[in-house]
Amino acid sequence: MSLFNRQEKDSDLNDEIQSHLNMAIKDRTQNGQTVRDARNSALKDFGNVLLVKQATREMWSGASLEAFWQDLRYGARMLAKSPGFALIAILTLALGIGANTAIFSVVNGVLLNPLPYPHPEQIVSLFTEMPNFKNGSISYPNFEDWRRMNRSFSSIAAYRSTGFNLSGHGEPEHLHGEMISAGFFEILGINPLLGRSFSADEDRLGANPTVMITEGLWKRKYGSDRTIIGQRMVLNDVGRTIIGVVPSTFHLHIQNFQRGGPANEVYAAVGEFNEPQFHNNRAAGWGLDGIGRLKPGVTFEQARADMDRVSRDLAAAYPDVNGSKKAYLLPLKDEMVGDMRPVLLVILGAVMFVLLIACVNVANLLLARATGRSREFAIRIALGAGEMRIIRQLLTESVLLAFVGGALGLVLAKFGTAAAIAAMPVTMPRAEDIGLDQRVLLFTLVVSILSGIAFGLAPAWKTSRSDVGSTLKESGRTLAGGRSRAQGIFVISEMALAVVLLIGAGLMIRTLIVLWGLDAGFSPHNVMTFSFSGPASYKNKSPDLVRATQRQLHDKLASLPGVEAVSFSWGATLMQSDNEDYFWIVGRPMPRLSQLPMTLRYLVEPEYLKAMQIQLKRGRFFTAADNEHAPRVAVIDESFAEKYFPGEDPIGHFINTNTDPDDPDKAPNPQIVGVVAHVNQWGLDSDSKSPLHAQMYEPIMQVPDSALKRGGLASDVYLRTTLPGVPSFEEMRQRLSEVNGELVVFSPEPLEEIVAHSIGQKRFAMTLLAVFAGIALLLASVGIYGVLSYLVGQRTQEIGVRMALGAQRFHVLQLVMNDGARMTLVGLAIGVIAALGLTRLLSHMLFGVKPTDPLTFLAVATLLCTIALLACYVPAHRAMRVDPTVALRYE
Amino acid sequence: MNPHYQNRIELLQGTLDLLILQTLIWGEQHGYGISQVIRVQSGDVLQVDTGSLYPALHRLERQKWIKSAWKLTENNQRAKFYQLTAAGRRQLAEERSRWTQMSDAIAAVLKPVRSE
Repeated sequence: MSLFNRQEKDSDLNDEIQSHLNMAIKDRTQNGQTVRDARNSALKDFGNVLLVKQATREMWSGASLEAFWQDLRYGARMLAKSPGFALIAILTLALGIGANTAIFSVVNGVLLNPLPYPHPEQIVSLFTEMPNFKNGSISYPNFEDWRRMNRSFSSIAAYRSTGFNLSGHGEPEHLHGEMISAGFFEILGINPLLGRSFSADEDRLGANPTVMITEGLWKRKYGSDRTIIGQRMVLNDVGRTIIGVVPSTFHLHIQNFQRGGPANEVYAAVGEFNEPQFHNNRAAGWGLDGIGRLKPGVTFEQARADMDRVSRDLAAAYPDVNGSKKAYLLPLKDEMVGDMRPVLLVILGAVMFVLLIACVNVANLLLARATGRSREFAIRIALGAGEMRIIRQLLTESVLLAFVGGALGLVLAKFGTAAAIAAMPVTMPRAEDIGLDQRVLLFTLVVSILSGIAFGLAPAWKTSRSDVGSTLKESGRTLAGGRSRAQGIFVISEMALAVVLLIGAGLMIRTLIVLWGLDAGFSPHNVMTFSFSGPASYKNKSPDLVRATQRQLHDKLASLPGVEAVSFSWGATLMQSDNEDYFWIVGRPMPRLSQLPMTLRYLVEPEYLKAMQIQLKRGRFFTAADNEHAPRVAVIDESFAEKYFPGEDPIGHFINTNTDPDDPDKAPNPQIVGVVAHVNQWGLDSDSKSPLHAQMYEPIMQVPDSALKRGGLASDVYLRTTLPGVPSFEEMRQRLSEVNGELVVFSPEPLEEIVAHSIGQKRFAMTLLAVFAGIALLLASVGIYGVLSYLVGQRTQEIGVRMALGAQRFHVLQLVMNDGARMTLVGLAIGVIAALGLTRLLSHMLFGVKPTDPLTFLAVATLLCTIALLACYVPAHRAMRVDPTVALRYE
Repeated sequence: MNPHYQNRIELLQGTLDLLILQTLIWGEQHGYGISQVIRVQSGDVLQVDTGSLYPALHRLERQKWIKSAWKLTENNQRAKFYQLTAAGRRQLAEERSRWTQMSDAIAAVLKPVRSE
């Protein structure tokens, strides 16, 4: 029934009743009564017009809508009458619903929404699976064969991260960028903002150098000049023609591509990368990864089978280098989301617990309030309102509360989510996809309605069931028994939920304590890292000049006051990038190349050990005498020694790292001179899970000339200072530019931050779980406090009688505390049992702690009991102060 | 609160529909008229409460046993007249026979007591 129709019916009913009265009055006046008497007696006979109307309206179909509006208005009035209650309830709900909306918007943006590319399900990431790595990099010759031999992709493209020195346009600076295959942006369906992307012709050796820049760089460096296309840009001393501008809406967080690192600003074609090794060496990876788009109708499984075939063919053709390698495929979304999925799902579960507790708290408030309203409802029932009608009225009120709370929560989520993500110690994949879309709004709506019903149902049910007669007679004070039972159950469930969250948070906190206390093999405190890179012309200069310049740069830094140790570093850097090579121990029978073991390689200077505070275990580390003129030396770590020299002294052995027959570096093999402690290369929590542990150090000064030419004048730097931040990065940068004004110094970062970042995901989970557990504990304490206060209020008279009969104040205190303790302990017990089952879900995030860690359980139990007893003490104390004479006069 | 209130409502609720339908068998009538007819015909024993009468009329109309129209009374007053429908007549027949059955049954039960 429409509302319009309803108004018509309403006025019809009014007319009908009016005509009834008119006829009654007319009959009475005809019988000789005065008009006034007639009216009075007719009205009296008729009875309560409003009640008649309401009873009649209820007969109409669709009366529920009418009743709903009525309930809504009534509910709003009732809430306005007790603003304190309404405020607390709404804020509690806003917190619960807001937190849920925020977390759900993250889950929705990251996990549920499709990637913002056309047919995102067709996009696949490609890697090389090796014995050591699932997602190792692809060699360019293999990539070219993959592209040629596969039958499942409409297109595949390769990409690798790189850096460029921009010169000839203001102050020289370092730009992060990618080398990409032609077709890369087409696979993702990204159209350039201006110009075009690379053609196949530009994506090959010897092609005219071109470049695409990002919208950000275009604005920053070129003032959004629309005539930019066709202009030249000098990168690494090579003039490149700008052919396109990539829109800033393009984000891709995948391996080696913006993940965690600084944003890309330039793109060059990978095919014209002028490095013979890159194009010819089938064994070298060069950090190249792939991305492809499946042909329409081809499934992921079919593509995988197809690439298995390609891998087998390539293994047969090049058994030496491809024998143990195969293509590894992964849907792009999985690659982007990474291992964030289980973390987010756990967080979503936790935040739902918070909402449950919030609902229970509001239900408790409603129950307490219902006591004050029991007369109101008793009267309504006596006047003929049905039980269902009362329940509906109460539910309307609670859903109204939930809606207001939900709306407020939505506002909180809208402004809080982005800020919270930015503050989190983790790079959230797809952060730009997070927002309040239709699905999030629907979620909030449903959650609001469900919570309204959830927290409203029990109080409504209880209230409607109250015995009319006794309520009216007894001024609404005798229902405490039934109510307190319900409230007890509420408090117990709140406690149980809080216990589960606290234990989850406790386990994560323990995990991080374990991680922070972990001996990583090095000390990141007061260690600064940064990089520098000189003009590309150094690649053509004599190796001796490059080495001399390096020594100069080193001395500049070392002579700065406050610097304790400096080491340049090539190759692998801790927790940031890896560099590994096949090796063999000279004198042992050598298997074929693809069967060779691998080791991480660090090319460092003598002070590296001091800078990183790595322990020397045997022999010696490098000295300045281990230079380009001295015999080559190497130092290995304990893992290397244990694995390849079990029960043997490694010192004196030679290591062959020139295992590749195509490698031009035919330098002599280095001899092992020392053994150092193992360092944590892969991140605090993931090092033990990584298959590659062997580590090997070589002096930078002994790098073969050919490799030195490839690297030119560029290095990462580790620098230990006496005080953090002294000297400043700017001082160091200036010192270095004294040697060469074209030197670009970039990416300063304290090593501690890099280490912290390696466990960012766990810190993220811990922070959120701790916040939610804190809120849960707070709400649960407020809950138990509220209930006990209420019970004390109810029992004032009883307490008065007891005290009048000689009960000691202490006994009264005990009486109340017992109530609180009982609820707390039962809640604790249930919570612990639930946690035993649920913490298993956390196990993949824990480190060095069992999901059933007794210490955590004990600590949580102690914390909960302490807080709960404190919350109980206040009302108990109040009970103790009850004045018997006042209490007895109460009735 | 009047303790007999609920009893009376219950008595009427069981039979009010029947009385209304029966009243309308003589022709269309408005709510006030119906209550008057029932009161007079029952010799002032049955007082129809408006709080029951109007809900009953609207319910019967929704069940399509009666239909309504605004007309003028003999006294030239506007009133909403109710009229039996064919379905209402069938319903009346049914309820009458049920009522007869029931009152016969009650009478049969009560008889021996009275004969003593």
